[in-house]
Amino acid sequence: MTDTSQLHYTAEHEWVLVDGSIATVGITAYAAEKLGDVVFVELPEVGSTVAGGTVIGEIESTKSVGELFAPVNGTVTATNAAVVESPELVNSDPFGAGWLIKVEFDTLPTLLSPAEYSALIGE
Amino acid sequence: MTSADSSTPGSTDSRNTERFSPLHQAHVDAGASFTDFAGWQMPVRYSSDLAEHHAVRAEAGLFDLSHMAEILVEGPDAASYLDSALAGKLSVIELWQAKYSLLLAEHGGIIDDLVVYRLGDTRFLIVANAGNRFAAFDALRARADGFAVSVVDQSDDYALIAVQGPNALAILIATEGVTDLGTDLHFMKYYRITDASFLGQPLLVARTGYTGEDGFELYLEAARARELWDALMSAGAENGLVPAGLASRDTLRLEAGMPLYGHELTLNTFPAQAGLGRVVNLGKEHDFVGRAAIEAGPKAGVSVLVGLIAAGKRAGRADYEIFRSLDAETSDGVITSGALSPTLGYPIAMAYVTPDLARLGTEVYVDVRGTRLPATVTSLPFYKRVK
Repeated sequence: MTDTSQLHYTAEHEWVLVDGSIATVGITAYAAEKLGDVVFVELPEVGSTVAGGTVIGEIESTKSVGELFAPVNGTVTATNAAVVESPELVNSDPFGAGWLIKVEFDTLPTLLSPAEYSALIGE
Repeated sequence: MTSADSSTPGSTDSRNTERFSPLHQAHVDAGASFTDFAGWQMPVRYSSDLAEHHAVRAEAGLFDLSHMAEILVEGPDAASYLDSALAGKLSVIELWQAKYSLLLAEHGGIIDDLVVYRLGDTRFLIVANAGNRFAAFDALRARADGFAVSVVDQSDDYALIAVQGPNALAILIATEGVTDLGTDLHFMKYYRITDASFLGQPLLVARTGYTGEDGFELYLEAARARELWDALMSAGAENGLVPAGLASRDTLRLEAGMPLYGHELTLNTFPAQAGLGRVVNLGKEHDFVGRAAIEAGPKAGVSVLVGLIAAGKRAGRADYEIFRSLDAETSDGVITSGALSPTLGYPIAMAYVTPDLARLGTEVYVDVRGTRLPATVTSLPFYKRVK
């Protein structure tokens, strides 16, 4: 289980785990709950360049479609094959096995702290 | 991550017009997430909409439909009034029979689709959609002029609970407090209703639903709703019964090819376009509202409702456009409801397309957020239970 107090967050309801120059990205439990059962995820190609704030993938539930935004500028170094195979991992373990992509970045932009994100979602 | 809900009218944001079901606390206690539906805060799911969907197909689910509208029609002219006010011939239905019908506008469009139950020679219950409660009631009341009939909106007095799924019969039989059934449930046919009691108070038990499964819809006074809900849940504990939200209800009815007002049916939809020509009875001797427009027919070339199936996992959803080819510049249709079918495992949709694309087996393309994906026209429903 990921220690969510160590994560950074975005206003698009994503979490970012920073380890050196690698950012691991997923969607928050709040976002997963709002989406409902996730049935399909589309992730960017490994090696692709992504620009912070742009749409780089999709997360579909039975009810709706969520967009995945790149939280940082960088290069995708890994995608979670397990979550492509079993999209329900986004619901069952959003902060852990439901991670989506890893991005190598040069500069980390300003992201939300756990307290700021909690305030954003009213918890 | 942002999301846009595409399949439930009025559910994208929580407007402040909040109304609560008499069962609201039961849903809170069960950990439900809520959505706005026609101004009501209703449970969208309890834990997982897929699990709730599968439970209804395999065992049973319990739905709170208390937001729906109940309109009582009573008086010596009740039957002839309904023949005049609605598209079907309601005067011929038997006591304790139900019939699906349409409330048409003068121009032939659909004000609402509804179910009519005959509770007596001169007494009928109409169940209308929550979002059309006032439009339906206003039209029904206006059409009562000249008939010896009273038309009363009793929506606030009634709670409506549906138990749906292959185990629904066993659950209802095992439910404590349900007595005085006018019909043995074992022999009760589909689209029939019977009177009964729950803890000494009036209860109506209808064998109807909106899921494509066997099941019952139970009408009773709102004050007793929680007790009945809890009694059903207790009886269902050994029958796989789970509370089920509106998200699963929407995918269940879509698989069953059942139209949803605001999606497949609108004020601008002619019944024949929606495949509901059979619901309009032009054999009636007397006039009814919308008759002249229906007899004149819609304009030539109007779009018609079809089913679409596709491969893969990316579902076309409501409002996505249909194209006849990969490079066609103008669209030839639009999806009104669509989802990755939980039961079938592939994308399904209902869509309006130009008539030349409506033939079964026609290949079309759905614009899924900028990518045209192939789909095939198929017959409705997508799912039919094995009886």
